[in-house]
Amino acid sequence: MKRYSAFAIAREALRHHSGWERAWASPEPKRKYDVIIVGAGGHGLATAYYLGKNFGITNVAVLEKGWLGGGNTGRNTTIIRSNYLQDASAAIYEKSRSLYEDLSQDLNYNVMFSPRGVMMLAQTHHEVRGYQRTAHANALQGVATEYIGPERVKELCPIICIDGPRYPVLGALWQPRGGTARHDAVAWGYARACSAMGMDIIQKCEVTGVRSEGGKVRGVETSKGPIECDKLGVVVAGHSGVLAEMAGFRLPIESVALQALVSEPIKPCMDVVVMANTVHGYMSQSDKGEMVIGGGADGYNNYTQRGSFHHIEETVRALIETFPMISRLKMLRQWGGIVDMTGDRSPILSKTPLEGCFINCGWGTGGFKAIPGSGWGMAQLMATGASPLTAEFSLDRFKEGRFIDESVAAGVAH
Amino acid sequence: MSLRLRDGGRLIDRSARMAFQFDGRSLTGFAGDTLASALLANDKMLVGRSFKYHRPRGVVASGAEEPNALVNLAQGGTFEPNQRATTTELFDGLTATSQNHWPSLEHDIGAVNSSLARFLPAGFYYKTFIHPRPFWKHIYEPFIRQSAGLGKAPKDRDADRYEHFYYFCDLVVIGGGVAGLQAARVAGEAGAKVLLLEQSAHWGGRAPVDGGEIDGRPAEAWVTDTLAVLEAMPNVTLRSRCMGAGVYDHGYLLAYERLTDHAPQADGPRHRLWRIRTQQIITATGAIERPLSFAGNDIPGVMLASAVRDYVVNYGVAPGQRTVVVTNNDDGYRTAICLKQAGLDVPRILDARETGGGALMEEARALGIRIDCGRAVGKVQGGKRVKSVQVCAQKGSGSALEEVACDAVAMSGGWSPVVHLWSHCGGKLVWDDVQAHFRPDADRPPLGRSGQGFVAVAGAANGALTGAVADADAMARGVVQAIGLKPGKGIAPAETQPEELPIEPVWLMPAQAKTELKAKAWLDYQNDVKVSDVQLAAREGFESVEHTKRYTTLGMATDQGKLSNINGLAILSDALGQPIPQTGTTTFRPPYTPISMGAIAGEARGDIFQPVRETPMYGWNDSNGADWEPVGHWRRPYAYVRSGETVHDAVMREVTNTRENVGLLDASTLGKLIVKGPDAGKFLDMLYTNMMSTLKPGRCRYGLMCTENGFLTDDGVVARIDEDTFLCHTTTGGADRIHAHMEEWLQTEWWDWQVYVANVTEQYAQIGVVGPKARAVLETLGGMDLSAEALPFMAWADGKIGAFDARAYRVSFSGELSYEIAVPASRGQAFWDALLEAGKAHGIMPYGTEALHIMRAEKGFIMIGDETDGTVIPQDLGLNWAISKKKDDYLGKRAQERVHMTDPDRWKLVGLETVDGSVLPDGAYAVAEGTNANGQRNMQGRVTSTYHSPTLGKGIAMGLVKHGPDRMGEVLEFPGTDGTVFKAKIVDPVFYDKDGDKQNV
Repeated sequence: MKRYSAFAIAREALRHHSGWERAWASPEPKRKYDVIIVGAGGHGLATAYYLGKNFGITNVAVLEKGWLGGGNTGRNTTIIRSNYLQDASAAIYEKSRSLYEDLSQDLNYNVMFSPRGVMMLAQTHHEVRGYQRTAHANALQGVATEYIGPERVKELCPIICIDGPRYPVLGALWQPRGGTARHDAVAWGYARACSAMGMDIIQKCEVTGVRSEGGKVRGVETSKGPIECDKLGVVVAGHSGVLAEMAGFRLPIESVALQALVSEPIKPCMDVVVMANTVHGYMSQSDKGEMVIGGGADGYNNYTQRGSFHHIEETVRALIETFPMISRLKMLRQWGGIVDMTGDRSPILSKTPLEGCFINCGWGTGGFKAIPGSGWGMAQLMATGASPLTAEFSLDRFKEGRFIDESVAAGVAH
Repeated sequence: MSLRLRDGGRLIDRSARMAFQFDGRSLTGFAGDTLASALLANDKMLVGRSFKYHRPRGVVASGAEEPNALVNLAQGGTFEPNQRATTTELFDGLTATSQNHWPSLEHDIGAVNSSLARFLPAGFYYKTFIHPRPFWKHIYEPFIRQSAGLGKAPKDRDADRYEHFYYFCDLVVIGGGVAGLQAARVAGEAGAKVLLLEQSAHWGGRAPVDGGEIDGRPAEAWVTDTLAVLEAMPNVTLRSRCMGAGVYDHGYLLAYERLTDHAPQADGPRHRLWRIRTQQIITATGAIERPLSFAGNDIPGVMLASAVRDYVVNYGVAPGQRTVVVTNNDDGYRTAICLKQAGLDVPRILDARETGGGALMEEARALGIRIDCGRAVGKVQGGKRVKSVQVCAQKGSGSALEEVACDAVAMSGGWSPVVHLWSHCGGKLVWDDVQAHFRPDADRPPLGRSGQGFVAVAGAANGALTGAVADADAMARGVVQAIGLKPGKGIAPAETQPEELPIEPVWLMPAQAKTELKAKAWLDYQNDVKVSDVQLAAREGFESVEHTKRYTTLGMATDQGKLSNINGLAILSDALGQPIPQTGTTTFRPPYTPISMGAIAGEARGDIFQPVRETPMYGWNDSNGADWEPVGHWRRPYAYVRSGETVHDAVMREVTNTRENVGLLDASTLGKLIVKGPDAGKFLDMLYTNMMSTLKPGRCRYGLMCTENGFLTDDGVVARIDEDTFLCHTTTGGADRIHAHMEEWLQTEWWDWQVYVANVTEQYAQIGVVGPKARAVLETLGGMDLSAEALPFMAWADGKIGAFDARAYRVSFSGELSYEIAVPASRGQAFWDALLEAGKAHGIMPYGTEALHIMRAEKGFIMIGDETDGTVIPQDLGLNWAISKKKDDYLGKRAQERVHMTDPDRWKLVGLETVDGSVLPDGAYAVAEGTNANGQRNMQGRVTSTYHSPTLGKGIAMGLVKHGPDRMGEVLEFPGTDGTVFKAKIVDPVFYDKDGDKQNV
């Protein structure tokens, strides 16, 4: 892998950029791999990357039905935070956030992690108490957050209206090292690094079946023929239930559309990420200048990656109430992704009833921020059979009633 | 230079002069102008700067596809960035400023990026700015952010208003060109309820500009006639300045009407969002001309050929005095002919096809225009305006054969149907080799709920670049039948247009363009994406069209690739050596062009952002010091603050007075659900953990509701009204949720049970009369017997209190003697007044939610949302007494038997008292020794609610603690977030009147 740098750009500029090599190879599948990861989204690629980096397992294929990074990795609102309430959540999200801090250097690919700060507004007394509780929990969990008052909110984000007639801002939970990153770059950076380690990323390769023998996984059937493996990692948000069915088990998952939208680009006016859960909306400004906006998930199950307009309307209303100036901006584009929802709205990173088959799903509306931590934990789980990061997120928690419910901390996640 | 022609301009009124400002300069135009035509009339060729390289940008198009001419419009509360000059109708007093430059449009420092372009290829930022780490946040990113963005951020609150409008019809025809008009006519004549939408202010689309005849009459005359026919049809509604914005599932269509953008002084809303349900949609949205990709095709003065003739014909504006026309199809000749006929110079037509075109070419030649076939633009010379073009062979690499001086270039790369609305909801496309474009695949339409297509496409949007009217006629007949009507017998109008020879696809000009030319051949003008960028992306493995888009930002500008996408993916296909249909397109997403956030939000803002639910005593509360607290859509008084008091003072006073005298609580917001039917008891036994079916009429019982996962979700008092009627009280925030919960179970699981649920929350005003003197106050009013004997604790009765029909419940959430009295909502305020009057002698005072909370905490009563958070089961809260052991089942029972739910280590409810009497912080955790496997500090409990109790004169709290009930007297440590550590003792959660003597009198 040729390293990227300002020097490399200057060198290439002189020869009209004719010398850049492929960011990742495009190989045909081999007959057998030690590990197959299904799904070349952020989580799948990160899992492969840390299998190689942390455990030296590089005979790995990552299979992708479409184009890498084309699922929720490439269609989310790029918020990164770890101000979760429950211990297990705070642990994996904070691990993730801390990996993001160095990810550009680690991958030699600028993922533009921008720790610009994330604030979650408290607009009812109930939210005030909830965020004060989270701040207390975070202090003990090693997550740097702070409960701040309305004046500080206004100082950090001058375009907020803190004295709206319906839901004046009473305070906020502030995580100064939360922020955003460039979502596509996260997938591309991991893909490039995986490819450089000799792993095969095989796009346009749809898995159509899971092969097993004596209760143990043997490989997969694909649109490019059968491929064998010793271990299988299923990391296919949005279609987890479909793959689980192929592997012979069921998941406590529902699939719903989550929508987002962007405005036309304007000059910088907002340096932080703001989430307003009482009114249901969140917003940040991308480096291109677009206001990036999201809200709650649609209320019915579907696979269309579209969603209903009334959700867009609710979200925009909420944000005009919070940021009156956006009323005169225009919506440039709206889109949807399909998210996996579990009963407790927390993810599943787990062994499965099929020996050698592991699953990573159920990130709901909040998967992007978890990509590095999820890959780290999943790789450890697949390589060694256990990981403290994933232990609480096992499938059997639903049988045991061991829920990890964050609803008190966030009406909307993401 | 560009200027206003002496005559011509079918859309302008030369007698109505309009004054406007651009970048502080006063200019004039005419009524009917767009801002773009008026700027061109004033020789404003340079109108903006591009996104990345800050290249000079001029008007390139004449409609919604314009990527360049974006301006900041107006000021203050009506300021709006990124307005397209081409779709902004000129009005007197308009002020606009150009965007994305510093210090000025003419002299922009950012343009240094353009000379560094070689070092800033597609995706350069992924490859650099990596080290040192802190630099991204503090140096690189701020710099990039400053130079990005286009228009300025609005500063003021929006001065305009917006509205939503609901509409239902059989058919919406989108596009008021000749195809749309004919489609609407066919459907209208068949009796369908039709809505015809046109995004611009004018009907007829391109036809009046492009010429040709329909039914033997000039296109414009046919448009006028057809419009008159449609206007006379009562079942047809026409709306101009109204754009079809998005197609959604199940025939849901969004339209965006711009009511006063062209007349800001007018009354009424600025935009109206139409929310339409329709059986069928016909999109007659026309086609958009493609630019040609040659070096310097972004220099101001290079325009789409169709736009050039639009400016001449519609506005009497000549974009240039000497215009070179370059084309790969016959349509481009129309521009040359139009220019020549307007008396303008056309030094060359460069036709990339070796053999040239058909009848239109002959016509141009006859006008004396020189036509060079097989020729191309090698390069356009110029900076802020076109100076000349270098002519080369299309098949070559760009070696200049001659240089032709000119001040404008009109380019035509062929036409792409506007397929956006077809595609929004899943309509598929097919590549048309002959016309070199994607057009809708009629066999794969967006499907409605019946599994049949609900969108059809007519005219040029369907690929019928000629014969649009006939195409629309046929299409509309099919759609009329799909609606279930019979189309009339009319014959499609005949169209007369010159015969055209086929287009020859030209994706790069010249075909073998040298590297340095490709680095100057723009695909996306706004985002500065060049042919070389797409080729670089392909080389680096960004082979999916989605990857290329995201890597290069092609098509991500405010025009969403209307001009650039097809050209870009053709370049990509070529680089990958695969046919264009294999590459495919990116996803078309709503809206068609950007729509205002204001319109999306509609009327809902400020005071009416959400409906305020008001109790009958709302007005009284508001004028008597209520410190409002939002609870759901309600507002409840947190406390009634008197002058000179702080909110805290008020709360303390209210608690003390209620404990010592009598307090009045507006409890009207509590949910009240009537559950009625022969199976009502059975139903409630399943919903509540307690047994409700054994409750006697006339009695009340406190009940708990769990989710199917076992978690406590709501609580409240249930009163049995008669044998088959129960009234279930819920929490204020829970009423709608629990109502929906009940309905869900009744409709999906127990649909055969005979039970009905009605939410009567707002039918009653409910008032708590609370305190040792409560009975005395009520007896002052007279009426029903409220003695302990007649109405014991946990009983209810109907009767009269004073002059009021009332239902009195003997329940208590404070531990005091307490009546909750429901009266009809309309009588609420009068009853409240009567109670205040009657209570004067007894020291009656209203109290708010915080006093309520403190009093319930003093009594150890749990509060949903404080002691519960979706993870707590009744057993955690010591509420086993409210869980029936006799029932086989209730919602949550099985869940509560799971191992984690029966784990003895679960945190349990206790009372907490700080050692020094201070108040524990909200949400604090009790720490234990050591850390867990993830290095987090171990915890053993937490505070669920915490208050200063004026009754006890100290801080009291409730909390959940591991093995808590077995650890009475133990002192725990609760670290604050500021470094302080609070010490608190585990105590019984009932702090006050443990035996319940006070409520039971």
